[in-house]
Amino acid sequence: MDELERIREEIDLDRRRFVKKVLGGVIGGSLLLVLPAGAVKVAQQISGLAAGTDPVDPDRKFAFVIDITGCIGCGYCCVADKNEFQVPDGYYRTWVERYVIDDQDNVHVDAPRGGLDGYATARLDIPHPVRDTFFVPKLCNMCEKPSCVQVCPVGATFRTADGFVLIDRQRCLGCSYCVQACPYSVRFIGPESRVAEKCTWCYHRLAQGLRPACVEACPVQARKFGDLNDRESEVYRLLHEPNVISVLKPEMGNEPSLHYLGLRREVV
Amino acid sequence: MPLILASAASAAGYVFPNDLHVYWGLMIVLYPYITGIVAGAFIVSSLYHVFHVQSLRPVAQFSLLFALAFLVCAALPLLVHLGQPGRALSMFLTPNPSSAMAGFGYFYLAYAALLVLEIFFIYRPVLVLRQQAATGGRRLFYGVLAVGSDNLSAEALAMDRRIVGVLAGLGIPMACVLHGYVGFIFGGIKANPLWATPLMPVIFLLSACVSGIAGVIVAYVVLSKMTGRQPDRACLRTALRFLWGFFLVTFALEMLEIFSQAYMATSHWQTLRSLLWGPLFNSYWVWQVTVFSVIPLALLGYLSLQRVSATVFRVLAPLAAVMALLQVFLMRWNVVIGGQLISRSGRGAVYYDPGWLDREGILLSAVILLLPVAVLYGLGRILPLWPDAGEVSEGAPATGSLNLSSVESVKQDSGEEFA
Repeated sequence: MDELERIREEIDLDRRRFVKKVLGGVIGGSLLLVLPAGAVKVAQQISGLAAGTDPVDPDRKFAFVIDITGCIGCGYCCVADKNEFQVPDGYYRTWVERYVIDDQDNVHVDAPRGGLDGYATARLDIPHPVRDTFFVPKLCNMCEKPSCVQVCPVGATFRTADGFVLIDRQRCLGCSYCVQACPYSVRFIGPESRVAEKCTWCYHRLAQGLRPACVEACPVQARKFGDLNDRESEVYRLLHEPNVISVLKPEMGNEPSLHYLGLRREVV
Repeated sequence: MPLILASAASAAGYVFPNDLHVYWGLMIVLYPYITGIVAGAFIVSSLYHVFHVQSLRPVAQFSLLFALAFLVCAALPLLVHLGQPGRALSMFLTPNPSSAMAGFGYFYLAYAALLVLEIFFIYRPVLVLRQQAATGGRRLFYGVLAVGSDNLSAEALAMDRRIVGVLAGLGIPMACVLHGYVGFIFGGIKANPLWATPLMPVIFLLSACVSGIAGVIVAYVVLSKMTGRQPDRACLRTALRFLWGFFLVTFALEMLEIFSQAYMATSHWQTLRSLLWGPLFNSYWVWQVTVFSVIPLALLGYLSLQRVSATVFRVLAPLAAVMALLQVFLMRWNVVIGGQLISRSGRGAVYYDPGWLDREGILLSAVILLLPVAVLYGLGRILPLWPDAGEVSEGAPATGSLNLSSVESVKQDSGEEFA
C-alpha cells in the first residue's frame, strides 16, 4: 500500500512539474510572440532600414512579392488596409481575388467585397469538377514606367526618388485620367476626398521603418516586402533564385515592382 | 453626405472591384461632342474663306459665331466633372508636359484667340458702322468691340480680307489639332482596348467635321424658319454634300476599325466583342450604326445624287443633319462610356445608366448642351448672323452701299438667294 502511495505522490509531483513546465512554456512563448512588437526596435522590421535612416533613398529599390502559392484568402490584409487608411466601402486599395479553374479550363474569378470577409465558403456554382484554385492579392504595382504619372495633367501623381508612385492630395484635380490610365485598376476617386487614391505600399509606415500594414497582417507571409539592393532580403533572394515569378500584364510595358511568385497564366 | 461621382448599375462576369465605378460620365461625353462641333463648324467657314466654296457664303460667317457659341461652353462640362474644380487653373499654370490632358488649356485658348480674331476682322466693318450709327451706351459698346478702329477705307477692308484669309487658313490645321488632340486623350490610353487605337484621333476629327457641318445646317434651317427667311438651297445642297462626304469617310473608318479588330481576333477583340455584343449592343449596333448612320447616309446620298422636289428637300435635309448630329453624339457616348464598361480584368463588363439628377446626369447635360444656343442668341443680338443683314446698310446712311456682301466682294446677288 505504502509503495502504491509513494508511487502516486511521485506521479503527482511529476504532474505538478509537468503543468509548471507547460505553463511556463506557454507564458514564455506568448511573451516571445508579443514582445517583438514593442521591445525590439520596430525600425528593423525592414532589413537594411535602421531607425532614423532616410527612407527616401535612391539607392534603395523596394520590391513587393506576393506568393500566390501561399495565400490562403483569409482577407486579413484587406482588413488591415481598410483600417490603416479608413478606405470607404466599395473602394479598394488592395483586394484578394479567388480563382477557380475547372477541368474544362473555364476560369471562374470572384472577389466579393474585395475579399474583405475572407473566403470561408466554397463556390458552389462551378459546373465542372475543379482542377485548381488559388487566391491572388492585388495592390498598386508601383510601376517603374507608371501610366498614371504619365497622364496626370498637373503632376499630382508622381514617382519618388526611391521608386514609389504617390498622389499629392492637395494638388489632384480629381479628373480621373489616372484612373482610366492604370492598367491594373488600383485607383479610384475617393467619394469624400474627391481626389485620386490608391495603395502607397504604406509609405508613411516605411518612413518609420515599419512594414506595410498588409504585410504585417498576413498570417502566412504570402505578402513579402523588402529592399532589392539588400542581398540579405527575402525579396532579393526570391527574385534571384530560379523561381516561377512574374509581373501582371507585362505587355503593358509598365514594369511593375510588384512581383508574383507562382503566377499562373490565367491571372490578369 | 458625399456627392455621387460615379455609378454603375450592374456588372456581368468578373469586374475588378474598382472598375464598378464609371468616372467619366455624360460630361466627358459632352466635352468632345462640343469641341467637335466647334472644329467642324470652323471647317464650314474655312471651306468658304480658304477653299472659296462660294455657295457656302450664306453660312460662312454664321458658322464662326456658331463655333464661338459652342467654344465658350466647351470647358464647362470639364469643370462640372472635376472632383476639385477650384484647382482647374493649375492645369494651365503648372502643366505636366507628358500628360495628353494638360495641353487642353493651351489648344483651347489658342483656338479661342484665333476664332475671336477671325470673327473680329470679318465683322469689323459692321462694328464700325454700328458704332457710327448708334449713340450713348450702344455707341460705346460697339466702339469697344471695334477696339477703337473706324477705318473703312478700301485699303483697310482689303487688309481685313487678307487677315481673314490667313486666319482661316491657320484655323484649319488648328481645328485639326484641337480635335485630333481630343481623340488622342482617349487614343493614348493603352490600358483601354476600345480607346487604344491610332485611328482614334482620326475618327474623332472626321466625326467632328460631321457634327459641325450638321450643326450648322440644322441651325441655319431652324434660324431661317424662325426669322421668316428661306434658307438658301444651293448653300444647303453644298453643305449636305460635304456632310455626306465626311460622314461616309467617318463611318467607313469606324467600321474598318471594328472589322480589322475582328479579323485579327487578338485577345483585345475578345474583350471588345463582349462589350459590343454586351452592354453596348443597343447604343452601338442598333442606334449608332444602323439607325443613325445607315439611314442618314442613305438620305444624304439620295439628296446629293438625285434631283428632289423642294418640299422633299426641305423635310429630308434637316432630318438627315439631325440624325448625323445624333450619330456623333452616340459615337462619343459609345467611346467614352463604352470604354469604361469593359473591366481591365478582361473578364466582365458593367452596365451604366446616367441618372437624371446626378452631377453628371441627364438634366445638367441637357442644360449645358442648350447653353450654346443661348450664347448664339446673345451673339445674334450683337452681330448680324447673316451676310446680307440689311440693318447694317440701313443704319449707316453715309456708307449705305457698304454691307458685308460688298466688303467680301462677292458678286452673287444676295437678294436672289434670300427671296
